[in-house]
Amino acid sequence: MTLPRALGLIVAACAALLAVPLAAQEFPALTGRVVDQADILPEATEAELVQKLEALEQQSQRQLVVVTLSDLQGYDIADYGYQLGREWGIGDAERNDGALLIVAPNERQVRIEVGYGLEGYLTDALSSVIINNAIVPRFRDGDYPGGIVAGTDAIIEQLVLPEDQAREIAAEASEDRAREGGFPIGSIIWMGFLFFFFVVPMLGGRGRRRRYGARSAVGDIILWEAGKAIARSASGGGGWGGGGGGFGGGGFSGGGGSFGGGGASGGW
Amino acid sequence: MNIRTAFRSIVIGLGALSLAACGINSVPTAEENAKAKWADVEAQFQRRANLIPNLVEVAQGAAENERAILTEVTEARARATSVNIDAGDLNDPAAMEQFAQAQGQLGQGLGRLLASFEAYPQIQSNQNFLALQSQLEGTENRIAVAIRDYNEAVRQYNTTIRTFPDTIGANIIHGAEPLVPYEAATEGAEVAPTIDMTDGN
Repeated sequence: MTLPRALGLIVAACAALLAVPLAAQEFPALTGRVVDQADILPEATEAELVQKLEALEQQSQRQLVVVTLSDLQGYDIADYGYQLGREWGIGDAERNDGALLIVAPNERQVRIEVGYGLEGYLTDALSSVIINNAIVPRFRDGDYPGGIVAGTDAIIEQLVLPEDQAREIAAEASEDRAREGGFPIGSIIWMGFLFFFFVVPMLGGRGRRRRYGARSAVGDIILWEAGKAIARSASGGGGWGGGGGGFGGGGFSGGGGSFGGGGASGGW
Repeated sequence: MNIRTAFRSIVIGLGALSLAACGINSVPTAEENAKAKWADVEAQFQRRANLIPNLVEVAQGAAENERAILTEVTEARARATSVNIDAGDLNDPAAMEQFAQAQGQLGQGLGRLLASFEAYPQIQSNQNFLALQSQLEGTENRIAVAIRDYNEAVRQYNTTIRTFPDTIGANIIHGAEPLVPYEAATEGAEVAPTIDMTDGN
């Protein structure tokens, strides 16, 4: 009995190996497609922006979020921006097609943060042109809403897709959703496998098991692996929230897109 | 009998779980992750190197006086692109230092070159130059992000191979060596520059 107990201790120690908590800076909550933390947007403008951003996502599946920050917490805006994008997971997890328009009025800085997948469409040079031509001149005159709307329009113009491509990607996305939400075929197969090879013999032939001492051990391992596979496929099927977050007017969420520092910054 | 069977199945199941948790999988996973992140770092440095010929092109006609800095940057670029680190050599601190030094020199030269351009309005108003400038800025950003991601991956890998229980698998099975994080090694970067404002009053 001491060996199992010692084993148990090791097992417990190993099982305690859980996710390491990460020290993170503070980010505002992702409350919608427009997060106006600095409170510089009138409600009507905000509603107008939300509508445009929603239309963009419906047309191209690409997510664009407008955010105003009251405080950069001492970070450079480029530094803060990509971490914010990753934290929120804007854009699809596979296409990484998210972008952020970040305005920090107190630091007088503005940035277009571009996800990995959009770096070819919304290049650094283009982002810089949008910032310098559409946004900064209006900000200099104190017209924050006007600058943000003009900048958003310019970004959207770059991100909307030609009709045929848009249809293609929309079809693909709805297919993905159907697959994700659909029947977990993998786990059904595993269940059947389990049932026929383990449950049926267990019920039917208890007497035989004694003769195959080793077999039961092997069986247990397979059983455990199978259980793990079921759990895995079940959790894979449950991966909602990813893909097309925020469709249908409900709550908005990112799809797990990642950022790598693409885009441009400006100041005024 | 039933209790014993159940107990045995639990022990074997958890035993397998603990084996998996003892580094057989997690060590190579963390290592591959760090290597992939390193590839990103090199790709971003390469991206910067690729922008430099265009920059030199723009400068050549307009800034004859800056020939010295231009040559310096071109040479630093040649040096930097010739120093590469194989994914297998990421545990070699000397190689990493050499790499960081070469890239640091290039970064410094580039900074000086861009600063010297401020004196040339015809460069400043050149559309090509403005585009290049934003590309360079973006690339420096990406380099910073890639380096931070790499260092984070290295930290995770080094933690994995040094902490119980993964250290068992790391030492016995994989013979894992800690990887070296990238540290920007520009000389005197830790000292704030002294600015002499008395000049030319």
